[in-house]
Amino acid sequence: MKSQISLAFKKCRKENRPALLTYIVAGDNTKKKSLEILKSISEYADILELGFAHNAPTADGPQIQNSSYRALKNGIKLKDVFQIVKNYKKIKNSKPCILMGYYQMVYKYGERKFIRKCKQVGVDGLIIVDLPFPDNKKFSRLCKKNSITFIQLLSPTTSNERMKKIIQSSHDMIYYISMLSTTGGKLKISPNKILKNYFKVKRLSKAKNTVIGFGITEKTISSFKKADGLVVGSALCKGISESLKKRQNPVIKLNKMVKKLKSRIT
Amino acid sequence: MMKIKKGIPLIDQHDKNGFYGGKFGGNYVAETLKKPIDDLTKLFEKCRKDKNFIKERDNLYENYVGKPTRFIKLQNLTDHLGGAQIYAKMVSDANGGAHKIYNAITHAMLCKKAKKKYMCTDTGAGYNGKMFSMVAKKFGLGCKVFMGTRDMERQKPNCDSIRKNGAEIIPVTSGSKTLVDAVSECIRYWVSNCDKAHMGIGSLVGPNIFVKICGFSTSQISRELKVQLEEEFGKIPKRLKLINCVGGGSSAYGFWSEFFDYDKKHIELIGVEAGGPKNSKLHAAPLSKNSKIAILHGAAAYCVQDSDGQIDETDSCSSGLDYPSTSPIHCYLKDIGRARYSFATDEEAFAAYKLVTELEEISPSLEPSHSFAEAIKIAPRLDDSNIIVVNSCGDSLKDKDIIKKRLGSYSR
Repeated sequence: MKSQISLAFKKCRKENRPALLTYIVAGDNTKKKSLEILKSISEYADILELGFAHNAPTADGPQIQNSSYRALKNGIKLKDVFQIVKNYKKIKNSKPCILMGYYQMVYKYGERKFIRKCKQVGVDGLIIVDLPFPDNKKFSRLCKKNSITFIQLLSPTTSNERMKKIIQSSHDMIYYISMLSTTGGKLKISPNKILKNYFKVKRLSKAKNTVIGFGITEKTISSFKKADGLVVGSALCKGISESLKKRQNPVIKLNKMVKKLKSRIT
Repeated sequence: MMKIKKGIPLIDQHDKNGFYGGKFGGNYVAETLKKPIDDLTKLFEKCRKDKNFIKERDNLYENYVGKPTRFIKLQNLTDHLGGAQIYAKMVSDANGGAHKIYNAITHAMLCKKAKKKYMCTDTGAGYNGKMFSMVAKKFGLGCKVFMGTRDMERQKPNCDSIRKNGAEIIPVTSGSKTLVDAVSECIRYWVSNCDKAHMGIGSLVGPNIFVKICGFSTSQISRELKVQLEEEFGKIPKRLKLINCVGGGSSAYGFWSEFFDYDKKHIELIGVEAGGPKNSKLHAAPLSKNSKIAILHGAAAYCVQDSDGQIDETDSCSSGLDYPSTSPIHCYLKDIGRARYSFATDEEAFAAYKLVTELEEISPSLEPSHSFAEAIKIAPRLDDSNIIVVNSCGDSLKDKDIIKKRLGSYSR
């Protein structure tokens, strides 16, 4: 059976556009608000990534750090993250949901218990930022057993040889990091250059849905239309920060932003 | 139970995934860092086998750091306590005032070999940042030092030195604004700039290769000590206790590395962590207060954390020990029982500082003052056939403001 994630990509391919993947941090700025945001942006996004905050992140840029910090300050716990997914999944036409975070949180919770819980609440995929290949083999197998897509990352520094191995061991989705950066950096290289690298990866991973992330914003997204999928994270986290600063409702702001992003790639 | 293999440096006793004792350490890093870490690992393994590299390093240790650092008897302290004989290894004699210089030199040499133009590093007490800035200047390299703003306030003298050497301090304002956040920020910086920058982690922590480079470097302390013990006593004393403070654990590893093969009844290794303020729940003592394992900064190690896995806040008067986790190697040494770990509170460290500086012509910083606190505790219970050596691995000058505030005056 095809995963919900694969089906979402299939649908987008039919519509001749990349899938739009969004990322926000669970509990930013409250549990209730982030659930509302998910429900609201679900109208336009194809796949929803949800971060579970950790207070010693080693690969997040300032925007996502701010979001994580807000969520933690408001007392978000892992059990709340699962609850948010569970409640989100209750709505009609819910989209596939990917949890993303650092291995420490999984390790502390217990790998098996974590994956079981993910399955139970309806998580479709997992990205563990700091559990690279080959150390992730066991974890990846456990995910597969539980019908959860384990999504591996590839970066511009990943050697060809390593890339082949990772692709071979990966499930139906792969995440290509566009440039050497923490999340949300300004594009250091041109979209054309990124796409060129992306298609190098794509040639090795024809059968896998390969998305591009890092540095994608309202301004840059339309340059990447040829990819299978595009992840927008920091720009949305920044959107939440800005609306909170102006004492506006982040739900409305995010809905507008995601609508616009979608329109740029359709 | 796993055992230490004799005759092989402990830093090399990890499995193929970088774990000591099967569970401590590893390489939990973002994909982007896999290649730079791999490159650095290959470079380091090549260099450490290269006679010319070692010759150059030894030359720097001798003529630039100034080796050996003194090994002295603290006769007044010994007499005052009336028990074991107390010695100090004055690693604070090293150029720059602490053991961090050894690691910084290796990193600068590797940076040059890698043809990178600048280094980035973290710092807590400011010593690591200071040493990196010194060697960067010497080697003609650029240097960025990540430092928590709380530490910048409390370790001003070292900040001044870093800037004077032409390095840039990047203030870190996230989280607790101390070493833990400085390391995170430095790693994040490296993720974005690994093609240009060489990263040096300032202690025996981080992904496996950084543990190895650090241990390889600080073990100079132990090589010197072994010779000095033989000179002083004719042979290695029968009842020897080597006391060292432990935060990240770089000086303790360096102090002990020649002695892991000895029986613990013969040479006891005692690590002293920061117990924090006496009446506070906060501390920085994951080993002695039995914290559970966490994954922090690329490695699995005992770490102060909450029930959900968030890294807990720490507190200590000494910036250099104020770190929630510790080295995978010290976790391993604890688990197999080769080293014993205890802690000293802020109060005990200040009292030890006071006593030692009143009786002796030395002035340890607050980090080794924790070690002296342990020595002061155990010496009276032991007879004079016992030899205690304390690694006085830092100079108090950087702590003058804190000491002045706490004890009313500071003189040097």
